Amino acid sequence: MARELLKGNVAIAEAAIRAGLEAYFGYPITPQTELLEWFSERMPVLGRTFLQAESELAAINMVYGAACTGARVMTSSSSPGVSLMMEGISYIAGTEVPMVLVDVMRGGPGLGNIAPSQGDYNQIVHGGGHGDFRPIVLAPANIQEAIDLTVKAFDLAEKYRTIVVVLIDGSLGQMMEPAELPEMQPVKRRNPDWAVSGAIGRERRVLSSIYLNVDEEEVTNLRLLERWSEIEANEIRYQEYFMDRAEYIVVGFGTAGRIALSAVRTARAEGIPVGLLRPITLNPFPEEKIRQLAGQAKAMLVVEMNTGQMLDDVLKAATGKLPVEFYGRLGGVVPFPDEVLSEIRRLTHEPLTANGHPRRSWLKRLELVRS
Amino acid sequence: MILNTPVEKVYQRPEAFTEVTTHYCPGCTHGVSHRLVAEVLDEMNLIEKTIGVASVGCSVFAYNYFDCDFVEAAHGRAPAMATGIKRVLPDRVVFTYQGDGDLASIGMAEIVHAAARGENITVIFINNANYGMTGGQMAPTTLPGQKTTSSPYGRDVEQTGFPIRTAELLATLDGAGYVVRRSLHDPKNIRLAKKAIRLAFETQVRGLGFSMVELLSTCPTNWGMKPVEALDWLEDHMVPVYPLEDFKVSPTLKDLKF
Repeated sequence: MARELLKGNVAIAEAAIRAGLEAYFGYPITPQTELLEWFSERMPVLGRTFLQAESELAAINMVYGAACTGARVMTSSSSPGVSLMMEGISYIAGTEVPMVLVDVMRGGPGLGNIAPSQGDYNQIVHGGGHGDFRPIVLAPANIQEAIDLTVKAFDLAEKYRTIVVVLIDGSLGQMMEPAELPEMQPVKRRNPDWAVSGAIGRERRVLSSIYLNVDEEEVTNLRLLERWSEIEANEIRYQEYFMDRAEYIVVGFGTAGRIALSAVRTARAEGIPVGLLRPITLNPFPEEKIRQLAGQAKAMLVVEMNTGQMLDDVLKAATGKLPVEFYGRLGGVVPFPDEVLSEIRRLTHEPLTANGHPRRSWLKRLELVRS
Repeated sequence: MILNTPVEKVYQRPEAFTEVTTHYCPGCTHGVSHRLVAEVLDEMNLIEKTIGVASVGCSVFAYNYFDCDFVEAAHGRAPAMATGIKRVLPDRVVFTYQGDGDLASIGMAEIVHAAARGENITVIFINNANYGMTGGQMAPTTLPGQKTTSSPYGRDVEQTGFPIRTAELLATLDGAGYVVRRSLHDPKNIRLAKKAIRLAFETQVRGLGFSMVELLSTCPTNWGMKPVEALDWLEDHMVPVYPLEDFKVSPTLKDLKF
């Protein structure tokens, strides 16, 4: 397939269609709405299901129903809408049916704004509704990667009977860049041996997230954990850039990682031995990789478009082996590469945070940037 | 004396039931409404094609009693879940079984929009004027002045508003093909209820849109009455507030005879 100029939201929607998506249920919310609109145009023509629900709550429960039939199904939303979906996400996890969710993050909390943000990291990576489960979270940094990971998301969801979230921010959803779409796949009904479809010539099946017997609930929680252990063993993904003899490590995901890459490239040209680690799976998190880098490098810098939500996971993985600094822009503000570059330069010649939390020292520096 | 004439079995457990004893309280009409649904599924030979959607409330374990595929929805979301199933499996029969707290309170948006879309599903709606499962709290269907565990002085309409007549409300929507209210308080009304349930499933298999049967039901345990007293209370107090009528009947259904 040839490369074409594609908008992020449209590229993800078309990638899902080409991955054999059978049904989409959603609700309009900026900056994600182009996904819904693209599906509304394409799915009926292909004889597949598109339905605009009355709310995100209804949309996720429609997804839940369709997922119980074994159909390849997804929804998409943006931060406040995803908050509304938390109920259904938990039920889907408890019922162990596969589902893909695309969260195109915007500024928050509350209504916030419609500008790009990474403020849903905790809601998605450490949250995702009540109860004891973990979703797979994929964080692409460009449109090609968003296409590839969307296709991958369905395979992972179905392989592990789990929820997979493709987590991007509004800028990736809205920007256009050249990318290549996959070949079209037809809808393929897999008829897995757990799906409800009418008990024709077989024993009836019941799908539920209710386990009133506490021993059964414990067994279910353990089964989810065992599956998660398998995911941790097999599915951790990240990308490294300029790691050759790197003494300083920048860590950033999604758009923040991409901006950080520009800064790292310039810093390398200046002769600063700095590399970039870009986690692609935020869950499972590349903890071991960070631990290993923390044992080799002089200092780390975490860059995010939030107040340091992934920072806490990096700190946990680095286990105090080296100073970890943080730089973030918030509320819909996207950092410039130059801001990250001056943070990288600072790593090499200024005293680093020895006492206290890197978030506090960053706040002091941010005051200077903003004034 | 030996009877030489063969004995005809006139009453037996419907095929559509599993061999499980229900958990319902003595005198509760859930057992009656379950049986009516099961008899209709048998008569229409639908059980293999049917996917039930259980809700949250006393009927949370409905999936244990019907011998067909079943899913269990979140509180109030059964119509959304049923929509998801029906949209990808349009040739299957999908029904929800919901109580008044589930359907007319927390799930009001989902039921209204399912009806408005003409979602081709069947809804069995149990109206017993309180939240049964959690111990008899006030529901949107609780009568004015009715005492419940969360309206101990009687439902005060100045503070908590008025009962919702769900069937009348949904019948105003163009997507509704069949919306009626029946009662389970005596044999005559039970027979009428069964006919309505049959018509509701006929609505679905004929693709005539959304169908719902609201069933006035008793809750002797939470009402604090003996089963027979509860049946009388239903007839005397609920029927005047919730008239037993056809609110929407698709013209195609009017000619059907059983």
